[in-house]
Amino acid sequence: MRLRNCSGNIARLRNAAAVAVICVGAMAGLAAAQGGQLRFCLHNEPKTFNPQQVDDDAAASIRYLTGGVLIRLNRQTQRLEAELAESWKISKDGREISFKLRSGITFSDGTPFTAEDVAYTMQQLMDPALHSPTGDSFRSGTGKVEARVISPTQISIQFPAEVAGLDRLFDQVAILSQNSPKKEMAVLGPFMVADYKPGATVLLQRNPNYWKKDEQGRRLPYLDSILLNIQTNHDVEMLQFKRGELDLINTLDSEYFDKLAATSPQVVHDAGPSLDSEQLWFNEVAKAPIPPYKREWFRSADFRRAISESINREDLSRIVYHGHAQPAMGPFSPANKFWFNASLKPPVYSPDAALKALAADGFRLENGTLKDKSGNAVEFSIITNAGNKARERMAVLIQDDLQKIGIHVNVVTLDFPSLIERMTQSFDYDAIILGLTNVDLDPNEEMNVWLSSAANHQWNPQQKTPETDWEAEIDRFMRAQASSSDPKKRKAAFDRVQEIVVEEQPFIFLINKNALSAVSARVHGAAPVILSPQTFWNAERLTVSGN
Amino acid sequence: MHSLRWKIAGHALSLLATVLLGGLLSATLVRLAPGFDTDERVLDPHLNAASVQALENARHRDDNIFYFYCSYLSRAAHGDLGNSVALGQPVRVLLRERIPLTVRLLGIGLGLSWILASTLALTAAWLRLSIYDAMTTVVSGGLLCLPAAVLALLSVLWNVPGSIAIALIVFPHTYRYARNLLVKVYSRPHILAARARGLGEARILFWHVVPTVMPQMLALAGVSVSMAIGAAIPVEALCGLPGIGELAWQAALARDLPLLVNITVLVTLVTLLANSSADVIGSMFRRQEA
Amino acid sequence: MRLGRILSFAVLALVLGASAAANWLAPAGYAKQYREATDAPPSAAHWLGTDELGRDRFARVLYGTRISLLLAPAAALLSTLLAALIGGLAGYLGGVWSRIAMAVTDLFLSLPWLFLLITVRALMPLDVSPFLSVLVTFLLLGLLGWTAAARVLCASAASVRSSDFVRQARAAGVSAQRVFWVHVVPNLKPVLYAQFWISIPVFILSEANLGILGLGVNEPMPSWGSLLKELENMVSVGAEPWKFVPLVVLILVVTSFQVLLSKQEEAAA
Repeated sequence: MRLRNCSGNIARLRNAAAVAVICVGAMAGLAAAQGGQLRFCLHNEPKTFNPQQVDDDAAASIRYLTGGVLIRLNRQTQRLEAELAESWKISKDGREISFKLRSGITFSDGTPFTAEDVAYTMQQLMDPALHSPTGDSFRSGTGKVEARVISPTQISIQFPAEVAGLDRLFDQVAILSQNSPKKEMAVLGPFMVADYKPGATVLLQRNPNYWKKDEQGRRLPYLDSILLNIQTNHDVEMLQFKRGELDLINTLDSEYFDKLAATSPQVVHDAGPSLDSEQLWFNEVAKAPIPPYKREWFRSADFRRAISESINREDLSRIVYHGHAQPAMGPFSPANKFWFNASLKPPVYSPDAALKALAADGFRLENGTLKDKSGNAVEFSIITNAGNKARERMAVLIQDDLQKIGIHVNVVTLDFPSLIERMTQSFDYDAIILGLTNVDLDPNEEMNVWLSSAANHQWNPQQKTPETDWEAEIDRFMRAQASSSDPKKRKAAFDRVQEIVVEEQPFIFLINKNALSAVSARVHGAAPVILSPQTFWNAERLTVSGN
Repeated sequence: MHSLRWKIAGHALSLLATVLLGGLLSATLVRLAPGFDTDERVLDPHLNAASVQALENARHRDDNIFYFYCSYLSRAAHGDLGNSVALGQPVRVLLRERIPLTVRLLGIGLGLSWILASTLALTAAWLRLSIYDAMTTVVSGGLLCLPAAVLALLSVLWNVPGSIAIALIVFPHTYRYARNLLVKVYSRPHILAARARGLGEARILFWHVVPTVMPQMLALAGVSVSMAIGAAIPVEALCGLPGIGELAWQAALARDLPLLVNITVLVTLVTLLANSSADVIGSMFRRQEA
Repeated sequence: MRLGRILSFAVLALVLGASAAANWLAPAGYAKQYREATDAPPSAAHWLGTDELGRDRFARVLYGTRISLLLAPAAALLSTLLAALIGGLAGYLGGVWSRIAMAVTDLFLSLPWLFLLITVRALMPLDVSPFLSVLVTFLLLGLLGWTAAARVLCASAASVRSSDFVRQARAAGVSAQRVFWVHVVPNLKPVLYAQFWISIPVFILSEANLGILGLGVNEPMPSWGSLLKELENMVSVGAEPWKFVPLVVLILVVTSFQVLLSKQEEAAA
């Protein structure tokens, strides 16, 4: 899970089984269609081509298309599949994973692939000086990670402590070559970077040495190349798509979805609710430079619940997202079928109930203005990042909603660095609206959000000891799920976390966006899903017609 | 001859001093703006505390702006312009890759806007027709009222080169000045008299109008370079043109100090050169006329 | 031309009058959200349709006029005066003064002022009143917007200074002050009029662009700039011509300003 300034590449679930069946059928019919170029946009400049240092959406997309991994999370079935590893096994104590590798595979430059490369990759990845997000997810305890090469096709990796959900982490680990002179540009994935024009395009060409074959025994990928345009502006992306200069839009804005659907309904796909959420939270930091009476409101769960109850989430979804979003129930979207706590109650919209609850806490409505028990008018500002239309609109709707219970809200948009400074350094804010992007389904990814000692515990980060009982309880359950390899126990622990969060509302979850995408008619075999990368997760099997 | 050499040396020195001051001031502005020592990556919950700390420390390295600027200057003297924080590449490479595109874009855009503005302004001064004035006012006013981003998007929509968008953004900013200046000159007594004597229009233009109005027109041309550089940011960013404007925008969003300082120094240099040469050539006309 | 002036007066009077009567013409106000009718086309209830949050566009144009049409000309006037003062004096005084003033101008033209604006936003509290925020924004625009004109003015003033009649006047013992006001300033007028006129729409648009830094008009208050930003949504605007109405009104107002200014220009010439 990650806070994002704009809707980037985000995790998505599927509800498109039917679409998939149709697409597979279409693909079989078009089996002869090989070659050609697929074109779509990256929304930011890829900051690196080194798969271990990936920390932005564009670089992650390139890593997905070029990197060969031992285990792949199938974006459609949400199951792990053997890729470069034929099979794998995790030890009972959850500290060791051993792989049996495929043989006869070579990197894009012809260098053979062996267990030594895996060992080298892990050694590079776990170098503490690298500060790789991928590497850090493996770091469950202090101590060294040991990779033991048993034979050219067998390797086992030992971790100093148990790593929850260990095997799925390997989905992010692109194997590097130890011996290739081309270093990280020698790849094992279906495509390889052929050309990069900074600020303009990245050209990927098919990897002639890619190991995978289709059911008819033909080498994958079908495509000759993929042209990635670097374009931050979604309006321009939309224009280019309409003109036929692009084949895919990976994350489509909801307002464009309806406009496109009106003219060409066959190109747009709504894969249903995604794992992403948008939320509002109040500043509960003890040392924040805000008036003490405000801190008292923000640290009161009753107050936060009242605010949550006064927000009309149906309207947020209907107006801001044109219906392509669902009111959010809690930390996890219902799309995350295994981990979502189904016993959570959907949020209710009831300004009257909110006012009643506030009155019980000494708040009162005077001439249309809500006052607290000391007579301070309830007024606060909501900041969000400039340029994200959806968040700005949600903020204005919430402003209007809260006016109805006598709360005056100032909406201020800030450029992202200024916002981060207020959020992580000066703590000079009242409330923030931002979104969370989930790249993985597993709650262990969110340790640094829910632990009270963590830096990403945004409403009150880096607490020395938990300042509230409920945060202490969350800490306990998060640790419990992390130190168990029994899925049932882990699920029970995280269910409790979800219940506490919904009860205490440190994050007031607003909506879960649907996974919207557009695929032009010349692309065959596409089956958009909710997990990132939504439209090109099966890029190796996509074909295009009419080049 | 001796004094001329001193004069040139003096000019060059003040030019250099201004450029250096521009670099320092821009570094200070960037440093003081909030968000300087933040990094979007710290929001990634995959990173553990040590990695977050490392990211923050990397930013604090440039906290002392004078120290940063001095070391930047000493390295720049050896041809090393530093590394971009956000893009992780040497600034020199980034600039070299992108300068040609921006030069071409601005060159064509400015040329077009000058031709358009001076032709329309001259016609306005010759004709003195209120209908013509009203029409050009509506056109240039309309272009002024359109956000630059809209013009850039239109050029994408209609598949028009970005330089046309630059020309259309800069044109209304210069047209009004040029038109007012020319109308003023054409209404001067000696030109009215020359016209009354039946002198040819071309002769009036080149003998009387151009020498009088040239210094101001050149000054206008000089500042229009700055306007075009400003216009290049939205045009390059929206039209997908990887030039200096797009780079400057990325650098600003990422608070990329080394890149921003270099871009400011470059922009200051171009601005100064454009404006000083306008001054120098303009003063020649002035002397001639005197 | 007389007709043009009468028309221009009429346009400005109509726009100003309508915005003054906004409370009466659009009693529901600019912030009322008709949530069941978002992004609606024009109708009897909403003459210019509604925006994406269901707010009446006609009301927003009326209320937006108040801020933009009052403050933009004020800021334009400020920048024009600054340009006249800095550019005119520098050109007239010449020598070192001119060199310094122009170096400062060039620096102003090249520095990344964006960061100053971001800093100003950080220095203001988050709950600053919308009006103060707008006022500060336009003040900054006025303080930063004089540079291009100053350079042209400097060249104009220098030309006048080196012209025969000023030399003769100075030789005849006319005071420098008198020469400045009688001979130099009238020659600056064409540039000053142009600067004033251009600055109005430029500042109106800049205010909207500064919205992304949290400066300028805060939601839910409207401004012409924020209404014009709707046009950036190219994909939909083409099919919805009523979204161009704020642009048309602004062009009408700007043109009317020019027609009225040109009367002054002619008088000056």
